[in-house]
Parts: sequence; C-alpha cells; structure tokens
Amino acid sequence: MITGAGTINALGQSVPETLTAMQNGICGIGPLEFRDVERLSIQIGGQVKGFEAEGLFNRQQMTLYDRFTQFTLCAAKEAVAQSGLEFAGELSARSGVVLGTAGGGVSTWDDNYRSVYEDGKNRVHPFVVPKLMNNAACSHVSMEHNLKGPSFTVSTACASSNHAMAQAFSMIRTGMAEVMVTGGSESMLCFGGVKAWEGLRVMSKDACRPFSANRNGMVQGEGAGIFVFEEMEHAKARGADILCEVAGFAMSSDAADIVMPSKQGAARAIAGALADARIDRSNVGYINAHGTGTAANDKTECAAVADVFGPHADDLMISSTKSMHGHLIGGTGAVELLACIMALRDGIIAPTIGYEEADPECALDVVPNEAREARVDVAISNAFAFGGLNAVIALRKAP
Amino acid sequence: MSIRDKVYEIIAEQAVLDVSDVSDDSTLESLGIDSLGLVESIFAIEEEFDITIPFNANEPDKSEFDISSVASIIAGIEQLVAAKP
Repeated sequence: MITGAGTINALGQSVPETLTAMQNGICGIGPLEFRDVERLSIQIGGQVKGFEAEGLFNRQQMTLYDRFTQFTLCAAKEAVAQSGLEFAGELSARSGVVLGTAGGGVSTWDDNYRSVYEDGKNRVHPFVVPKLMNNAACSHVSMEHNLKGPSFTVSTACASSNHAMAQAFSMIRTGMAEVMVTGGSESMLCFGGVKAWEGLRVMSKDACRPFSANRNGMVQGEGAGIFVFEEMEHAKARGADILCEVAGFAMSSDAADIVMPSKQGAARAIAGALADARIDRSNVGYINAHGTGTAANDKTECAAVADVFGPHADDLMISSTKSMHGHLIGGTGAVELLACIMALRDGIIAPTIGYEEADPECALDVVPNEAREARVDVAISNAFAFGGLNAVIALRKAP
Repeated sequence: MSIRDKVYEIIAEQAVLDVSDVSDDSTLESLGIDSLGLVESIFAIEEEFDITIPFNANEPDKSEFDISSVASIIAGIEQLVAAKP
C-alpha cells in the first residue's frame, strides 16, 4: 500500500502543487538557466525554479548534498510526513530505502571537472565523492529518517525509479521489509549533463509533444518523486490513509539494441505486470505512458499497448505527463506515479499537453491537452530505458 | 583533400569498409550504417569541417540536411562550409 507521497519537479514543490498543475495542463518546461547555457543547442527543460536549498539545509549539509540529493530529501520529508510513520526500534530495522537515479550527482561531476580542467585547479573539495555517488540520496534518506533495513540505489537509465519501486514492493511482498521509502530522483540540468544528451540528436528545441504527429523529441526535466510503501496489514492496523495499492510489476530486457526500443520487450513487461497483479487487462483504465516524445518511443509504445490490450486498447486512456514536467530520466517513473495515484484516488486523468496533430501510428486515447474526469480502478505506469530495460508497475484503487 | 574525399573517408571508416566501396550514389543504409552510425557520422563531419549540421534524429526526413545519399550529404556540407563566416 502507498501511504505517503512527496515530490519536487518543474510543476511544483509538493504533491498538491504538482497534481493541481497536472489537472490544469500546465507546462513546466521553459528556458534553462545555468552557467554556459548559451553554448548549448538545446536550451529548454523542465527545471525546478525558485528552489532555495540554502534556506532548507545547513552549511554542513550543503557541502554533502548534490542537487539530486536535495530534491530527494525534500520529497522524502513530504512523503514520510504524510504517512505519519516514525521509524524507531523494530520498525526501523524492518524499513529501508530503495531509490533510482541514472546520473546521481551530475552537477557535482560537472562543477569539479570544470574546476580542474577549465580553471586549472589542482585540488577539489574533500567531499566530492560522497556528494556525487549514486547512492548518496538513498543514504541521506536512511539517515534522516532512521531507516535501517535493506537500502540501495538502482540505476537503469529512464527506468531507474520504476525498477526501484518494483524492488521495494517485492521486499514487502516477500516479508523482507515492513515499510520501504522508494522512488527516484535526477538532476542533470547543468552544462555537461545537457551537452551529453545533445549529442544523441533526440532532444527537442521547442517542446515535448508526445504522440503528436509533429513531435520532434524529448525534453529533460529534473526533480524527485518519493513514496512510502507499507505492508497492507501494517497500514490497516494503524488506520493509515491509503493512497492506492501497488498490485504487481514486471521487468523485461529487450536484449536487442542499446538505444532503440523493442515492441516485444515493452509488451512483455506490460503483460507481465498484469499477470503478476492477477488483473484482467479489460480492467485497466489508465496507462501513464513512457511517452518521451521521440519518434522511436511513441510508435513502439503504442504498438506494444495495442498488442497487449487488443480491442480494449481503444477504451483505455494513455497519457504522457512528460509533456508537462519533462523527462526526469532516473526519477521519471516516480513523478509519473503521481498521475496514476491521481487517476485512482481523485478520478482525474492528467492530460498529454502539446498535442497538436493526430498520428495514425499513435491512434490511442492520449487524453489530449485537457485533464478528464473518469473512474479508474486499475492504472499502470510504463518505463522503458535506454539499454532495453523495461519496468512496468500496476496499481489498484485503495481497498 | 577535397570535401568529397574527406566525406568518403569518414563514411567508409564508419561503415568499416574501404573508401573504394563508397560512391556518390551510395545510401547510408546500403553501406550498413544504422541510426546510431548516422548520428556518429554527423558528429565526425561536424568536427572535421567545423560546421553545425541541422539534424534531428526524430525527423530525419524533415531535416533541412538531406541524408538520402552520399552525394546529397556532400552537397549539404558544401553549402554549410560556404556559409561559414
């Protein structure tokens, strides 16, 4: 059961702010602001603005927290507060943290490379390594909330946080843990981070328009999404407010290409998640798509959905909220899970904004441009990573 | 070395072929260059001629830069080189 949620992303610095923005179809993508941005050919992104880390963390913390860790800690604080849990004694020992990130402390790498290569310095800050390591955020969450159970970070590019949440769920289901703090985060919006992505030539210079025939690529975002996953009886016994149920998941590997997605791999993960959750495909009302806005992803994903669902593919809704918050890479599945929770809990389906032109190869109900009210009992969230690693999570309305 | 010779060299290197296997009529596909190989070739050309090629892998056909054959690639490069300040 999910009993807490927290986030920070381009749409808002809390879950309520983010959901309100999704309901209103707000676009959080805009001009990037950081050093040397004028040397980039891609100058837009879903950047978190108005975030004053100095006011939230003390000097010692600031020397240890990369921006991706800062985002993670803010989101974790919101999620744990909502759950109402306090971790002490036996519960502390039986609760852990599994988070996803693709890049970890990218801006820490960037700043320090700049300092030694460009500025010619021969010394870097002593905490560069503990600040940039991919598990830094996970470790700081464990320290902040006294979580002493199984904890680690997974890194599977764009599927990182879905893989992380799948692990957290699996640990609770198998009895390894009582409560897991899980999700993911990313902060690659710095000169080096965006420069690396530019090279692939898959980024849009103007907007992220998933499924729209005139789409021209992905747009990066940043932020974190963190959840409290809690064993059902534990949650019920304390009368916790349950946001929704994690019903099942599946993972698959395309074993085909390092960047091009495969329909078969995606379809196996979607069908596998439903089988794991023992959910009949006709009950799925909403899919939060991977929907990157690239030609390669969107066509393949729609074909995979059509394959798995057959005629029911035309009855369900599928939207990509990346059109609003951008692609958070390793943190994206976590922020997108919020759209699934909103569908199940509030009966509001987040739209795919920027949708301008129908594409016959993406002929599904993509909830274009405006949110919609609908009763949804089952939602799934897709994540298909570079490297062909797929992770799909199935969620059910709270009991 | 002319632009044509240099482009032949870059494309042959990418395709792991001999320069003599490349002709103006060759398409990247016929030389066995896939989408990743294309992006790499464009990068190598940009580096070699110090130009920026307007190319988006999401819509290769809509790009102002015509990649339909080796000849069209060379023509595109010649234009970009001529337009250099």
